[in-house]
Formats: sequence, C-alpha cells, structure tokens
Amino acid sequence: MLRFLLGIWLTAVIIVSFAFPIVANPRQWFEFPVIPGLDQKARILFFHVPMSWTAVLAFAVSMVFAIRYLATKNQDNDIRSVSSAGLGFMFCLLATVTGSIWAKFNWGSFWNWDPRETSIFVLLLIYGAYFALRSALDDEQKRATLAAVYAIIAGVTVPFFIFIMPRIMASLHPEPIVNTEGKIHMNGTMLTVFLSSLAGFTALYVWMLNLRIRLARIEFQRQTRG
Amino acid sequence: MPTAILHASNLAKVFNRRSIFSNINFVIPHGRSFAITGRNGSGKSTLVKILAGVISPNDGNFTITLDGTEVKRDDIYRHVGLVAPYLQLYEEFSAWENLDLFRKLRGVDVPDVSLDGLLEKVGLYKRKHDLVRTYSSGMKQRLKYAFALLHEPEVLLLDEPTSNLDAEGMSMVSEVIAVHRTKGIVIVATNVREEVQRCDASLDLDADPARQGVRS
Amino acid sequence: MMGSLRSTTAMFLKDFRSELRTRYALTALMLFVITTLSIILFSIGNESVSPEILSGVLWIIVFFSAMSGLSRTFVSEEERGTVLTLQLLAKPLTVFFGKLLFNFALLASLNTVAGTLYIILINDFVVKNYAIFLLTMLLGTLGLSAASTIIAAVVSKANTKGTLYPVMAFPILLPLLLTVISATRLAVEGAPFSEAAGEFRVLFSYFVVIVAVSYLVFEFIWKD
Repeated sequence: MLRFLLGIWLTAVIIVSFAFPIVANPRQWFEFPVIPGLDQKARILFFHVPMSWTAVLAFAVSMVFAIRYLATKNQDNDIRSVSSAGLGFMFCLLATVTGSIWAKFNWGSFWNWDPRETSIFVLLLIYGAYFALRSALDDEQKRATLAAVYAIIAGVTVPFFIFIMPRIMASLHPEPIVNTEGKIHMNGTMLTVFLSSLAGFTALYVWMLNLRIRLARIEFQRQTRG
Repeated sequence: MPTAILHASNLAKVFNRRSIFSNINFVIPHGRSFAITGRNGSGKSTLVKILAGVISPNDGNFTITLDGTEVKRDDIYRHVGLVAPYLQLYEEFSAWENLDLFRKLRGVDVPDVSLDGLLEKVGLYKRKHDLVRTYSSGMKQRLKYAFALLHEPEVLLLDEPTSNLDAEGMSMVSEVIAVHRTKGIVIVATNVREEVQRCDASLDLDADPARQGVRS
Repeated sequence: MMGSLRSTTAMFLKDFRSELRTRYALTALMLFVITTLSIILFSIGNESVSPEILSGVLWIIVFFSAMSGLSRTFVSEEERGTVLTLQLLAKPLTVFFGKLLFNFALLASLNTVAGTLYIILINDFVVKNYAIFLLTMLLGTLGLSAASTIIAAVVSKANTKGTLYPVMAFPILLPLLLTVISATRLAVEGAPFSEAAGEFRVLFSYFVVIVAVSYLVFEFIWKD
C-alpha cells in the first residue's frame, strides 16, 4: 500500500517539476521564480539534489552498520551495510550523470573538475574500490571486516577535500537551497516541490533498502541450509 | 613456572556458514598432555589455531588461567608455543638469525648461551649459521621446536609433531613432550595412534557431538 | 612501552635485512623510477614544459613507483605464510609500526633518488625554494608511506593483490597527492615559505589522521 502512495507521490513531483512555468515575477501559486543564470535548467535541482542527498545518506547508513559490524561481528550488520552502500553507489552514479548533463548546458562541458564534481568522483572511486575488494575476498567474515575497515579509512580522508579543493580551484557550483548570503532563491512553491522530492527520494531509498536487506537475508539463509 | 589450566567451553567455528565443529568442551589441568584427533578436514588445525589465540571462535569461550588469573586474549601469544606444518620461518635467514629475531620481537631476555643450548637440543647447532632455505624439511621441523620453546611457554601446541622427522627427531619430540608435561600443558593434534596413546586424554573431532568430551 | 619500542625496531630491522638479502622491493622500485623517468624524458624531447606541469609529473612517478613496491612488506608475509609466525611473536601494533617504519625508509630512499634525478635530468624543473621542496618531500613521504602501509595490510588478504592495490590506494591518496603537487608548484615558482604553510598543515594532519585510524583498525585486519 505504502509503495503505491510513494509511486503516486513521486509521479506528482515529476509532473509538477516539469509542468509549472518559470516566470520572472511569480504571482500565481503554481509559478516558479527565475534563478539568475539557471533559467529552465533550474528544474534539475528537484532531482539532482535529492539524488546526491540520498547517496550521502546511504553511505552514512552503510558506515554506521560497518562500524557496528566491527563491534559485534554479527553478519546481519554487514548485510545492511553492503545493501546501503550499493544503493548509495547507484544514487551517486545518477547524481553524477544528471550533474554532468546539466554542466554541459550550463558550463559548456560535461566535466570541469569543479570541487563538487571532484568529491563525487572520489566517492565513486572509493565505493568502486570497496566493491572490488569485496569480490576479491572469499571468506565472508574477512570480507565484511576488511570492507568495513576500508570504508572507515576512506571515510576519514574525505573531509580533507573540504580544505584542499578551495585552494586548488574555485567552485562554479550553484549554492544548494541557501546561497552564501543566507538568502533563499526559491519561492514557497519551489521549496515545497523541492522538499517533497527530497522526502520522496528518501522514502524511495528506505523502501529499496528494505527490499535489498530482505533479499540478502533470504539468500543468506538459503545458503546456510544448503 | 605458574600452574596453568586450559578451559574450552562450547567452542564452535564456522567458515562461510559451513560448520567446522561445534560444541567442543574440555578442561586440561596443569601437568597433562592432551590429544586432538580427527579425519583430514575435521578442523584439527583450526582448533589448534583457536587455542593459540590467533583466530577467534564463532561461539563459545576459551581461556588459559595461570595461577588462577585469566590470560588476556591479547597476551595469549606470550604463553603458547606452536609447532605446525603451516607454520613458516624466515628462509632468507639462518637458524641463529631467526631465533635472534624471535627473542627481540617477543622482547624476552634469552642469553646467547641459551639460544645455543636450544639449537643443540633440536640438533641444529652445527648448522646454525646456514640459511634456513638450505635446510631439509626435517631440519625445518626441528627449528620450529626451537621457535616454540624459546620463550618457555606454559602451553605447548603440537600439530602433527613428528612430520618429516627421522627416528632421532622423533625421540627428541617424545622427550620434549615428556619434559614439558611436567612444566605445563601439552596439546598434540595427530592421527598417529602411538602419539595419541601416550597422551593423558584425548578428543575426537569426528565423534558424535553428544559424546564429545574428555576420555580419561 | 620501551619493550614494544624494541620489538618494533626488531620488526623494522628484520624487514630491512630481508630486503638487503632479497632486494624484492628495492629493485622493482628503482627500476620503475628509472623506466618512467626515461619515458618522460623521451616524450619531452626538446620541447619546453612548464614547471607547473612538471611538479605534477614528479608525483605521478612517485605514486606509481610506490604502488609497484610498497605492498610487498605485507604481501610477502602473506605469500610465505609467515603471518601466523608474526601473530605468535608480537602484538599487532608492533607489526604495523615496524612495517610503517620500513615503508617510510624505502619510500624516502626512492624519493631521494627520484627527486635528485628529476632535478638533474629535467632542465625545465628548477626548484627556487628548496625549503618548501624538501619539507614537501618529507611530509609527502610520511603521508604516502602511512596510507600505503595500511592499504597494503588490507590488500594482502585479497586474491587479486597486484591490480587492487593502486585502485584502493588512489582515492585515499588523492588529497595527499593534490596537496603535494600544489606545494611543489609553490617551490618551483619560488613562493615565500609562509605561502606553503597551509599545504604543510594539511600534509601533517593527513599523516596524523591516517596513523591514528590505522592504530584503531589494524587489529581487525591482522587478526583472523
């Protein structure tokens, strides 16, 4: 039942994000304001930003269960950790592709090594290596332990990019939701649609994560019996 | 030397969800020798590694107590000596260099004279400066005894103690077991009947779990 | 504490003497440096290349040479089956710090050779501020050896060690590499020492963070 509601919810968000007009001075409740420099391309924020947010959330959840695995050595924690990491990787890829397409039309090229592009690229590399490592380990406990350890080591190096990237390159990326002066570009309608999309994507992630964990548990039990 | 007691209760090991063994219980008091037997693949070596503290069981508890105090898991390596076919020494070093490295790594003060005595005991004194690479498999097995005895451990773990050894080597092993039994605990994992019979008690990993326990 | 310091030194000396006898890592590393350097020299030819690009190229040589040799300290123990021996001889952290010390020594000698040859052979690469250059080399070597040691420990347990090592190390080393490249650039531009202070802070804290996290997780890697 809930998944039908989620389906209807996300369909509504998609229709509304594309259907509502963007005008210079919104008067009606269904009009979006113009964000300088973005125009029609602003519509990406209804999808790209929630995708990135979901990816970060999924990696954070994966990390929490990785640490729990090391503390408890309970294989179920590894199942949850790897299921979430897989979803994080998928959302991360979607965010990269959507961002890159947008960058082509806004900045003129698909890839510019903008700080945000670099950090999402590093996340993809880390979790690519994470899955490569997993497939190179035969023993389940060893696999779970080393994958968790690798995620932790990689995790502590990511914050360095916050210090390093501004020294190397200035960002062209639009500030999400709130800009540097703390002024909100969006009007009420836009914000509502955006937050609805954010909630929808988060719920989608939670639903998919539950499915994956259930599937992984069933496989785990089948192999135990067989 | 302190009085050692080894307790194993309800030990179980699982590898990729395949149970290797479960419900292993035994107590070995000070001054006893104990044999572990079982077919190939029954988990003898896995159990030995658990008792040496290098792998952890999936279930159950294993403790060594010295004069009533339990040895911390991180310190077990100080109190056990292991001889096993899967134990490897450094082939690019000589026997003497290996032992010299071991005493420094362990941080134990063993004088040179004692190292020589140990090498004499295992019959490698004359070739102590030759690289281990040039040794025969029997000589390597002898050197493993020096590795296991160097720090005078309370618990001696011998997995296939006489493999690759000649008659003289075998009698050396019998002597080591006999002497060490008076100082602590000797555990032998083997399928050689005479070796099992020489022990005070034994555990058969193939036996029905319900009947498993100490035969005295 | 003194005891563990002695054991750590013993661990380091063991690897050092083993390396002197077998020269597994050192030969591979040095040949790698020479091979890559000559490829770069061939491809430069008579062209003049900007020192900024050359600062990046230097660290590409160092990164790939490190990736070709620094995993050996753990991989060789795994392949020879001496991991169990070490587990029975010493505490996990003794092993880790001994190996870290060894990898640092190996990488320091590699970087000395690579840096010297680079300055001598590539005419366009002129270091104008040696203080920045040498400190960058030192801090870069520290951070690089710390990260590659802990990744080597992880990778030594996997089936496909050779290819996996650079793949796993790169995302972790990227913040370090970007910073050393930018600091080397400052050294060839002749910037005042104070301008590189930010880079040095990043490099130093990177080293501290990696050693601290290794300290916390190494036991999980080492013990089965």
